[in-house]
Amino acid sequence: MKILNPDLKKTNTEQVHRNWTQTAAFLCLRLSLIVVFLILMVILYDITKKGIGVISWLFLTEAPRTGMTEGGIFPAIVGTFYVTLIATLVAVPLGIITAIYLNEYALQGRLNRLIRISLRNMAGVPSIVFGLFGVALFVQRMGFRPSLLAAGMTLGLLTLPVTVTAAEEALKAVPKSYREGGLALGATKWQMVKSLVLPPAVPGMLTGVILGLSRAAGETAPILFTGAAFFLPYLPDSPFSQFMALPYHLFILATQHHDISGVRPLAYGTAFVLLVLVFMLNLSAVLLRYRYRKQIKQF
Amino acid sequence: MTKSKLEKNPVLTESKGKLISLNALNESRQHEYTQKEIKTEKEVKVKVNDFSFYYSSKQALQNVNMDIAPNEVTALIGPSGCGKTTFLRTINRMNDLIPGTRLEGEVIVSGQNIYHPAVDVVELRRKVGLVFQQPNPFPKSIYENVAYGPKIHGKKKRTLLDEIVEESLQQAALWDEVKDRLKDSALSLSGGQQQRLCIARVLAVRPEIILMDEPTSALDPVATQRIEDLIRKLSSGYTIIIVTHNMQQAARISDFTAFFLLGELVECGKTAQIFTKPKDTRTEEYITGRFG
Repeated sequence: MKILNPDLKKTNTEQVHRNWTQTAAFLCLRLSLIVVFLILMVILYDITKKGIGVISWLFLTEAPRTGMTEGGIFPAIVGTFYVTLIATLVAVPLGIITAIYLNEYALQGRLNRLIRISLRNMAGVPSIVFGLFGVALFVQRMGFRPSLLAAGMTLGLLTLPVTVTAAEEALKAVPKSYREGGLALGATKWQMVKSLVLPPAVPGMLTGVILGLSRAAGETAPILFTGAAFFLPYLPDSPFSQFMALPYHLFILATQHHDISGVRPLAYGTAFVLLVLVFMLNLSAVLLRYRYRKQIKQF
Repeated sequence: MTKSKLEKNPVLTESKGKLISLNALNESRQHEYTQKEIKTEKEVKVKVNDFSFYYSSKQALQNVNMDIAPNEVTALIGPSGCGKTTFLRTINRMNDLIPGTRLEGEVIVSGQNIYHPAVDVVELRRKVGLVFQQPNPFPKSIYENVAYGPKIHGKKKRTLLDEIVEESLQQAALWDEVKDRLKDSALSLSGGQQQRLCIARVLAVRPEIILMDEPTSALDPVATQRIEDLIRKLSSGYTIIIVTHNMQQAARISDFTAFFLLGELVECGKTAQIFTKPKDTRTEEYITGRFG
């Protein structure tokens, strides 16, 4: 049979070219993925290899001894736990309420845009600036002195933009038809939000909140001036006590200690514990999301 | 009127006295029509006076004057963008949700101007239900979907809710299909079932008027038929206003038809008259398919 298409040859080379670009593009994508993955693996491998040796029951449950050259990191674990808890108590209600207001109630006008832009910018403010702000507002002006409360609230503010954005995204994902359906049945706005918008939005919100907090748990700068202590032989007994925290403890062991090379294993151990804690938080975010999705799917 | 008629008609009466059989209903339609024509229009359910509506700069409705009779089906027809959906949504003030809209004139529902500042929108929407174009069940169980309305209006007692749910699903001709799986997700139902569920959800708050925005446009012919039968059946107890693109549908199910064109109400009258002897040439051209 005679080939009727004179462009056939041209089409063929075009086809080859397209296939080639496709392969090249995939290769690039795959390479970047591998690079990202490798970086994470190297960090994990290095810290695990050097840190896991000092991990023991005593390391996790004892206070540091003899000038922090021996003993464990228990007060730092407890301090990080408390300070993250306080940050949660600040960021979660404030963030979710802000998101509900912005997304459901506020008029989509200039003020709303201004608030959104402020939030985006707040997410870009360096954490040390948050730390100094915490000193000025909570430590000095509000008179909390360097304490769990001041540091926790500073961390809470730090995670606020992330929390609000995540919560807003979750609210936006709820179909408009639920809202209209509820209102058309004579629900008040709040009844509609509470019963039709929030339930499907909760998993997304929780995930965002937990990811924000796991970030906060590892922050050093905001707690540096607002309550973290160099060394404390006892646990904090009130929101107004100072505390030890894992990231700050790590910073000290790595740079401020009189025997830096001597405590290096302890530093790696601390880093390992901090990583595990943050991973556990992230994992719980994934699990929560998974569970809620399944529940929602049922209904 | 309905009740007594039903009780007299042995085909329509079930053990509980509830209306179930749809085929029987079709047979009785002829009878129903004649009865309605004899009935004098002693009251007007919805009265619209010089009503104009604007979306920021664009005028969507101009000087609409219309009376809607109680316990009848009124169909709103017209080409896309003619303002019929806008008109439908002004009757329960769903257009309030769109920012930048403006209106003139009045809409009187059961003797009350619903755009008066003292009117409680929440109460208005309970009295004037809306069924959407796309079935929009909530991501809850079948039971919870129907019970949602009564619950938000303060009905908490389980036995009362059970009763309302059953009755509403019966009325929406869905009960027999779902009675054994009320706890299942509403999203597991077929499209047609979902739309009947949405109708049941509206019925559960005991509205006086039911607005329907192209309720069958997302459904297949069989599901459409069931919804149409249901609309006929419900018209004996509710004032139904339905937007439809399907003129056969308007002719089949409505008692009155209103033809909208470019934001204007061109003509409104008995369906039989509109479809056989329209007064306006534009109406005639539209229903004979010359444009639209």
